[in-house]
Amino acid sequence: MRLLIVEDDRDAADYIARAFREVGHVADQAWDGDEGLALALERKYDALIVDRMLPKRDGLTVIGELREKGIETPVLILSALGQVDDRVKGLRAGGDDYLPKPYSFSELLARVEALTRRRGARGEETVYRVADLELDRLSHRVARGVDEISLQPREFRLLEYLMKHAGQVVTRTMLLENVWDYHFDPQTNVIDVHISRLRSKIDKGFSQPLLHTIRGAGYMIRDR
Amino acid sequence: MTDNTAIERDVAAGAGERAAPVRGLRERLKAAAPVRWLRSPGAGGLRKLFNTTAFKLTLVYLTIFALFAACLLAYFAWNTRRLITEQITRAVDIEMTGLVEQYNQGGVRRLVLIIDARARRPGSSLYLVTTFTGDGLAGNVGLLGEGVLDHSGWTETVYRRLDDPDGHEQHALVRVYQLPSGFRLLVGRDLAERERLFDVIVAAGQWSIALVIVLGLTGGFFVARRVLRRVDAMTETTRTIMAGDLSGRLPATGSGDELDRLAVNLNAMLERIEALMRGFKEVSDNIAHDLKTPLTRLRNRTEEALRTAKSEPDYRYALEATLEESDELIKTFNALLTIARTESGQASTPLAEFDAADVARGVAELYDPLADEKGLSLAVAAPAAIPMRGNRELLTQALANLVDNAIKYGVPAQPGGEAAVTVSVVSDGGFVRLEVADRGPGIVAEDRARAVERFVRLEQSRSEPGSGLGLSLAAAVARLHGGELILGDNAPGLKVTLVLPAAGPKLPQPSEQA
Repeated sequence: MRLLIVEDDRDAADYIARAFREVGHVADQAWDGDEGLALALERKYDALIVDRMLPKRDGLTVIGELREKGIETPVLILSALGQVDDRVKGLRAGGDDYLPKPYSFSELLARVEALTRRRGARGEETVYRVADLELDRLSHRVARGVDEISLQPREFRLLEYLMKHAGQVVTRTMLLENVWDYHFDPQTNVIDVHISRLRSKIDKGFSQPLLHTIRGAGYMIRDR
Repeated sequence: MTDNTAIERDVAAGAGERAAPVRGLRERLKAAAPVRWLRSPGAGGLRKLFNTTAFKLTLVYLTIFALFAACLLAYFAWNTRRLITEQITRAVDIEMTGLVEQYNQGGVRRLVLIIDARARRPGSSLYLVTTFTGDGLAGNVGLLGEGVLDHSGWTETVYRRLDDPDGHEQHALVRVYQLPSGFRLLVGRDLAERERLFDVIVAAGQWSIALVIVLGLTGGFFVARRVLRRVDAMTETTRTIMAGDLSGRLPATGSGDELDRLAVNLNAMLERIEALMRGFKEVSDNIAHDLKTPLTRLRNRTEEALRTAKSEPDYRYALEATLEESDELIKTFNALLTIARTESGQASTPLAEFDAADVARGVAELYDPLADEKGLSLAVAAPAAIPMRGNRELLTQALANLVDNAIKYGVPAQPGGEAAVTVSVVSDGGFVRLEVADRGPGIVAEDRARAVERFVRLEQSRSEPGSGLGLSLAAAVARLHGGELILGDNAPGLKVTLVLPAAGPKLPQPSEQA
């Protein structure tokens, strides 16, 4: 995956770039809005990570210009402004995701991977399959092997989101945002309990667990 | 060059004209005797006095009134003059008719006799009878304006009486009549009376206008000085307040006039600012406490790891603990930030219509597995829909915090009894009541009021990570919506109620009177 990081805080940018390279991605860096825009227009990237407050040209303007020129590369906005209206403003300006600072790298990585994969074919499939687990998005039927699994509506949406991003880490915040549409941190980690409920329904009694907890990051549904 | 000076002159003249009434008044004021006490506030004070709205208004009204009075007096004077002229005309006409009749009956001889007799009476009218060549036959007029006798009809002319040939030339209104035989008859009246009366009226008018101006200026001066004194007092107080003493308040007399209302409203504004500042101070104090404690822990742990860790697993353990601690720190920081922004009224999203029952059901659904895991039953009592207006995002978060707390402190209910944690939504008049009740230890009555105060965390809950801020946020959200957060006894347990106006927060109304 080829990424462009537009961030004027050199320490933070270097850290992100290094971390992305460690997990096998290519990361270019730009230090201000003008440079970021020029690079994004010149080369082809899989995703852009854009800080909201940049010298010369702010992040939202950069995104606006790109979208105006018909460049639809997914953009994740980084910002110290984490309130709901800031997020809404960012998404309205053409961003695809919004991550308030301070963030953990695992969260950033999970979100960027989710962004790039979203463009793939998965979104249009009507049946998701991971190993012998099957989820039919139209009939709302879930089965593991030959056993039919009955899920609550919310559990269905939770599993649907996890399976849509099968093989990718999905963080608790991503689940809260995408499955519940809540944009705040609950004091207690309620998501964990929902996951363990779901796990007891889809993994219990099977030799191969599919729903994994990724320490310090989130959850993942995968084959092995 | 010449053009320029001409323009300058014009401009100067124009400015002079426009400034004339004011300058005239000022000069009059300066020339007047009470200059000394007028100047008592100092030269700057006098300038300030002239600059007051009250004084400027007085000047405007004075000018308008003076002009009006002048017009009225002019009309009066002119009308009086006309009336007198009419009277004279009528008297002369009557006399003329009488004399012409005498002439018709007795000829010129009789006319001359009568005129001679009449002319000698003191205070008589003016008479003159001449031949067609203009030689006088009888009468009391010595000198007349040129050509007066040539035309019959009315003329105003100068004249001199025969019996007073060296006296002043005087003015008269005369009528000349052509008698059939070529004789001419002149009858007239002196106008001195009329002029005197006119002069008296004009003088009276001038004096009364002068009096109006003097009285108006004095009145304006006193009114302006009174207003100015109060405004000065307000300015002085404002300056002290600006210098940092936010507890200062403007003097309000309680008279209910506009200045008083202004003072009352400004005081209300100061009250709000002071409350905000107090809140701000509390926020910073609490941020200091809530963030410094975990930061210290974080630092200590890192320091300890550097000092004592020997193997890689030791370091790994220390780093993981640090990461966890910093995540908690971020959570606390976010909560504080949300409360602070809610407190300051900067709602993060615009208000919208939504269903409060739906919000309650959503939150309960999110927390149901958690309650279940703790052996608590979570029940929702809400009708189909309770529409309200507000900030859905913040209300959801507030309710989530309350449910979170209830689950944290709640204890399982008796088997077969009611639910351990109940979330209920009721529409009550114009209000929506969102209630979260648990069966936990509750909060003792004395502490309840304090627990709702912004950022107050009860000592016993301070050690609990993240707790305490939940109630503060709920209280802040309630205030943002123009409602309140009530802590009650669930006997046993705690009952927390968000009472919110269904129509959404009202804008603060400016108080009309204190």
